[in-house]
Amino acid sequence: MAHEPRNTATGHAPDAHHHPHHPSAGTYVKVGLLLTVITIIEVYAYYVPAWVAHWSFVPSLLIMSAVKFLIVVSVYMHLKYDHRLFRALFVGPFVVAALTLIGLMFLFGHLSIRLGLLA
Amino acid sequence: MATVDTAAPNAAPAHTGGHYTTTGLDNRKIAIWAFIGSECMLFTSLISTYLIYKGRSLVGPFPHEQWTDPATGKVFPAILDIPVTSASTFVLLMSSLAMVLAHDAVVNADNPNRKSWQSSKLWLGMTALLGAVFLGFQAYEFTSFVHEGLTIRTNLFGSSFFTLTGFHGAHVTAGVIWLLSLLAIDFKRGLTPRDELAVDMAALYWHFVDVVWIVIFTLVYLIQ
Amino acid sequence: MATTVAAPAYAPAHSEEATGLWSWLTTVDHKRIGILYLFTSLFFFVWGGVEAAIIRAQLAAPNLNVVSADTYNQIFTMHGTTMVFLAIMPLSAAFFNLLIPLQVGARDVAFPRLNAFSYWIYLLGGIFISLPVFFHAAPDGGWFGYTPLTTKAHSPGINIDFWVIGLQILGISTLAASFNFITTIVNMRAPGMNMMRMPMFTWNTFVVQFLVLLAFPVITIALQFLIFDRFFGTNFYTTAAGADPLLWQHLFWIFGHPEVYILILPAFGLVSEVIPTFSRKPIFGYPVMVYATVLIGFLGFGVWAHHMFSVGMGPIADSVFSLTTMLIAIPTGVKIFNWISTMWGGALNFTTAMKFAVALVGMFTVGGISGVMHSSPPADLQQTDTYFIVAHFHYVLFGGSMFGLFAGVYHYFPKFSGRLMSEKLGNWSFWIMFLGMNLTFFPMHYSGLLGMPRRIYTYDADQGYTLFNQLSTLGTTILIVGIALTLHNLGRSWRKGERAGNDPWGAGTLEWSIPSPPPDYNFAELPNVTSRYPLWDVKAPELTREVPHTEAGDRRLGIGGPQAVTNGHEMGEVHVNPTAGSAHAGEGAPVMANAAASARRLPTAKELGIPMPNPSIMPLVCATGVVVMFCGLLFLGKSMATGVGIMILGALWWVASLYNWLTTPLEDAH
Repeated sequence: MAHEPRNTATGHAPDAHHHPHHPSAGTYVKVGLLLTVITIIEVYAYYVPAWVAHWSFVPSLLIMSAVKFLIVVSVYMHLKYDHRLFRALFVGPFVVAALTLIGLMFLFGHLSIRLGLLA
Repeated sequence: MATVDTAAPNAAPAHTGGHYTTTGLDNRKIAIWAFIGSECMLFTSLISTYLIYKGRSLVGPFPHEQWTDPATGKVFPAILDIPVTSASTFVLLMSSLAMVLAHDAVVNADNPNRKSWQSSKLWLGMTALLGAVFLGFQAYEFTSFVHEGLTIRTNLFGSSFFTLTGFHGAHVTAGVIWLLSLLAIDFKRGLTPRDELAVDMAALYWHFVDVVWIVIFTLVYLIQ
Repeated sequence: MATTVAAPAYAPAHSEEATGLWSWLTTVDHKRIGILYLFTSLFFFVWGGVEAAIIRAQLAAPNLNVVSADTYNQIFTMHGTTMVFLAIMPLSAAFFNLLIPLQVGARDVAFPRLNAFSYWIYLLGGIFISLPVFFHAAPDGGWFGYTPLTTKAHSPGINIDFWVIGLQILGISTLAASFNFITTIVNMRAPGMNMMRMPMFTWNTFVVQFLVLLAFPVITIALQFLIFDRFFGTNFYTTAAGADPLLWQHLFWIFGHPEVYILILPAFGLVSEVIPTFSRKPIFGYPVMVYATVLIGFLGFGVWAHHMFSVGMGPIADSVFSLTTMLIAIPTGVKIFNWISTMWGGALNFTTAMKFAVALVGMFTVGGISGVMHSSPPADLQQTDTYFIVAHFHYVLFGGSMFGLFAGVYHYFPKFSGRLMSEKLGNWSFWIMFLGMNLTFFPMHYSGLLGMPRRIYTYDADQGYTLFNQLSTLGTTILIVGIALTLHNLGRSWRKGERAGNDPWGAGTLEWSIPSPPPDYNFAELPNVTSRYPLWDVKAPELTREVPHTEAGDRRLGIGGPQAVTNGHEMGEVHVNPTAGSAHAGEGAPVMANAAASARRLPTAKELGIPMPNPSIMPLVCATGVVVMFCGLLFLGKSMATGVGIMILGALWWVASLYNWLTTPLEDAH
């Protein structure tokens, strides 16, 4: 980078990491195994009546699903290693989408806040 | 300010297509991420509708409960087939693994130390095949539902279920066609590290379709 | 080396093959596509205006029967649909196309062929949705198409089919453009053009593209449900099957409210260019303007249900959406005050563009204030579905969007035609429009508060609406004269307007540093940007003393790093011709380009060694295939086989042309 244009953006290092550092094939296989294990637990949970009846069933399934989502997005879609611009392009819309979904669930009465005064 | 500077050019990296870009990233990769962001909203609308209509169908069959038709007395069992769908979920998950291995193989195509199994043809073909198997499972699921008396017209569950999973299936189909096109190029001239971006874009799309299924599998199939 | 050189003045030297019909069908040049957008959207604007005139004629007096009630339903539906989707949005898109690459210092958009594809889809979709008017089969369910009215049970005709399919087609155009412009703005900025140096119009466009990106998928799905309901008998909107009648309303307004900002923000952006130029001052509070725009974008997704206060969502939902609606008025108000502060103490030059811009500030404020009134559910319950709402959104959309876009037309016309519009005609046009607009829409506040419902076919003499409706109709007549003057001005100036130099207004941003009209490659050398007003830095440094001239890029996005990669081309300073075509404060009329200089010829891209994208017919072919595929749906009712056959044909058509497109390199190997 000897020939930097002096009147642009001097003073900080160039973004040298255009190519994300990709994990090795071995890591990919390990992550695949982890995803499989979580999926097995999810399906297993479905067949345990006591767990299904327990209050923790839905939250635990949602958490497991979120963990899988996060793993695929960060490792397989290499957002973890890639330019942060891509992270912004994904996380921004995802947040709007998630908030819209939650908002709709409230509006259609699938979620509710209990307010003592209004009850 | 009004003074003038030499802006000597550096060599253009291959992945920018030889053009100046502000971030040094390729335009196409930014566009595909913007597209994926947009798809988040698309599937959110579909999933929201499914959840809003969950439990609101006036007549069966239902996803998780058995239903007796009051008119005919016919009994409809809970319609979702968890073992079959678990298998198809696993297949789609493995296709994502095959996809990253395909990407890895393309990145290492010129690497003299690469292993014999690091073949982009093998893993692209495997990804497309697993995708096709997933679609086969879905076709089986849809036909068996229709035979059991649930069509897209039957009730709110039928409408929202078939539309949501059908949209996902359409995305998988598009992905399989995309992968097969890449495979064709691979057979024609071989994919090299210069094609990394083309494979990466297909991979990002494919994994996104996979994470959507992760969400659908939990929200539609497992949570009762 | 590249010193501040005098740019060669421009002589329009089109070669033969660059001007024929084929060159327009195959063009991938953002400026030509912008011009296509401009004239197509103005055509549809006139079309929508004719529809408005019919509405006003019908309501000119009690119990008139100018058109039948049935036709009236079609006319007001198409007036809304045309103005929103075929006039204002594409007119904004015309400016995205014309300006964004120039403002960020690029040679084209990121995906030139995709850009052409967006235009062709828009044109074909516009024709698709407008043609049925002639067969008395136009959509008649309102521009918002509320279900269950628009379901097959209640609207069995083919009218609504055109609407759902047409909007679906138009959505493809808008979404494709959003990917394109997001990428362009992120990745095609010239060296030194940091995010916080981008012109305000570019910022507004950037936010608008994200609104499109996130809002349009929702309407796509809502429309898809309606298509399934109408063609395949699903139950999404069938209340008899237990469907919730509010589902459509929620999905529609999750799209519909961001859509409001999609309509207004580009106009805000144009005005944010016009006002500083004609005040000879940098925009006041640039960072706050940027944050306000971004905040409007975010909050725009959290206010949708204020369109639905009257459906009874309950006290919690009403309060939340009322609150967010009041909140969003804050960043909007910030913009208004910033424009006023920009003008404060400036050397104001009231050109036609400036008059339209200042009119936006005033008229949008009127519409904004009546908007805040609706944010309170009890007040909204009185006003909803009356002409008060019609008054409100016409102040926002005509007094806001259209005035802003007209300001843009007058301001940027010289850049793209190389000629100035007549200021005299413009001045007449502005004042007549201003009068006509207020006379049309202000009385609607009164007829609305008296209780006159929206969309009503006619009224009785004893209801007390007559006077206000007569005023509105009179105003419309005046408005038509004003608009006609501007259109006449456009056509006349296009052919024989006075020649404009590079920079007829003495503006400060990059687009004015290059010839008018710009050569196909825009910038012979990519500019090196050192502040928000690169041109003022050169021509009027005293104006930009307060503007930061930081040397560093934006670290957070990793942007602005010295990747001076130009494929062997050097980047130079901003090119200006300090003698030709600059207007200074107080001098009044813009100075013409030096006629002698204009005889000199610009070098072509080939001579400069700049690789330019090749023209391609594939975007048009592909767009036609998409539209054919959607047309197949219309035949499903008649014959399943015909419909499916046409859809498969269309799908194969566009997929085949897409393959051809993707396997053909954009430019010749170099």
